[in-house]
Amino acid sequence: MAEIIQEEKGKGGKHRGKKHPPHIDMTPMVDLMCLLIIFFMLTSAMAKAKVMEITLPEKLKDPNAEPPKISASRTLNIILGPDNKIYWYPGTVKPEDYNNLPPLTETDFSAKGIRQLLLERNIALSRKIEEFKNEVLQGKIVLNPDSVQSGIRKLKKDDDTGPIVLIKAYKDSNYGNFVDILDEMNICGVAHYMLVDITWYENKMVEAAAGITPAPDASKK
Amino acid sequence: MPKIKLPTKSPKIDMTPMVDLFSVILIFLMLTTTMRQPEPEQIDTPFSISEKPTPDFNVLTVLIGKDDKIFLNFDNGPDTLLKFRPKILAAMGERYNIQFTDKELREFEKYPSGIGVPILKMKDFLNTKSSKDRAVFQTGIPVDSTDNQLALWVLFARQVNPNIQACIKGDTKTDFPIVKKVLDIMQEKNMNKFNLITSLEAAKINLEEIQK
Repeated sequence: MAEIIQEEKGKGGKHRGKKHPPHIDMTPMVDLMCLLIIFFMLTSAMAKAKVMEITLPEKLKDPNAEPPKISASRTLNIILGPDNKIYWYPGTVKPEDYNNLPPLTETDFSAKGIRQLLLERNIALSRKIEEFKNEVLQGKIVLNPDSVQSGIRKLKKDDDTGPIVLIKAYKDSNYGNFVDILDEMNICGVAHYMLVDITWYENKMVEAAAGITPAPDASKK
Repeated sequence: MPKIKLPTKSPKIDMTPMVDLFSVILIFLMLTTTMRQPEPEQIDTPFSISEKPTPDFNVLTVLIGKDDKIFLNFDNGPDTLLKFRPKILAAMGERYNIQFTDKELREFEKYPSGIGVPILKMKDFLNTKSSKDRAVFQTGIPVDSTDNQLALWVLFARQVNPNIQACIKGDTKTDFPIVKKVLDIMQEKNMNKFNLITSLEAAKINLEEIQK
């Protein structure tokens, strides 16, 4: 008995020595870390900016070269106007119509505006893309994300009913409108769209529609 | 019996878990974030649904501010030893008969943000120390047909780094004609593919509604 008690006492003594390890004060370290965290939060940009790709047609080197012909029935001209407005007209203007220009329809960037118009005209292709995406989501077709993108690209390439959109910008439009309209093309899955220089008669049409008196030095080449 | 005196101690809080937590947050922030580069001008990018991230290397960024000022920025390439920036500046200097010293080239290499300094003022700009004095030189890169420095920058950037891609960062309120001008200048130098820098915004379409 006595021996056991002694042993216990000895153990207890050891424990007492371990009970008080050298205590480090962490407070300055916490202060420092707070400062570092605040610094990083303020100087860093959380989300990386995204990019939207656009490929413009190569400039025709030969001024006499004919631009590629496109079917007038599928053509949809979208003109970015002043004050975030969009004007559009279908088809093309032939030289004999210069004195009798077709009227422009005004619309805007809302879901009921330009998006409705584009989806109505692009319904076949949009539906195909939607179905394709759904099938991938439901697991009917097993594909990796890259193949999904190329699958959509192929659907767009094969499309021959959707509109061919010519985007033109009046001189008072801004860069935001330009990005918005390209974004609308991506949202609606329009297969064929391109940026085209505005012509003098389209300038006139916009000025008539928006009620702007043309500047004396209008770009009438 | 003498009274047992309790020592008056302030309650001691153990800070160790707090330090652990802060360490984790700090490491997370350091790993996930990229430093925000100071920009010569505040630019609010437009929104789009695109989810493609900005490329890290081989980028030629053209910043177009609200007041039609144009700034340029390019990176040093995937390996800093490639030193694309000083090479482009040296080529540009040769064209305008300006000899840049090693110190000026190093200064240009380190400069983190967009530069909108006409080449004739570049030497003064690089020799100015304080960022406040430097801002005075940022008058935008000339793009007039008589002195089209942007075209030359693009040309030399492509000569030094053939893989360079064009990124355009414009403000929502930037007038379109100046953007068109930049696009035209770059197309003249055979760059037909552009990355427009945008912020992400979700958009949903409802095909059923259209059918009605």
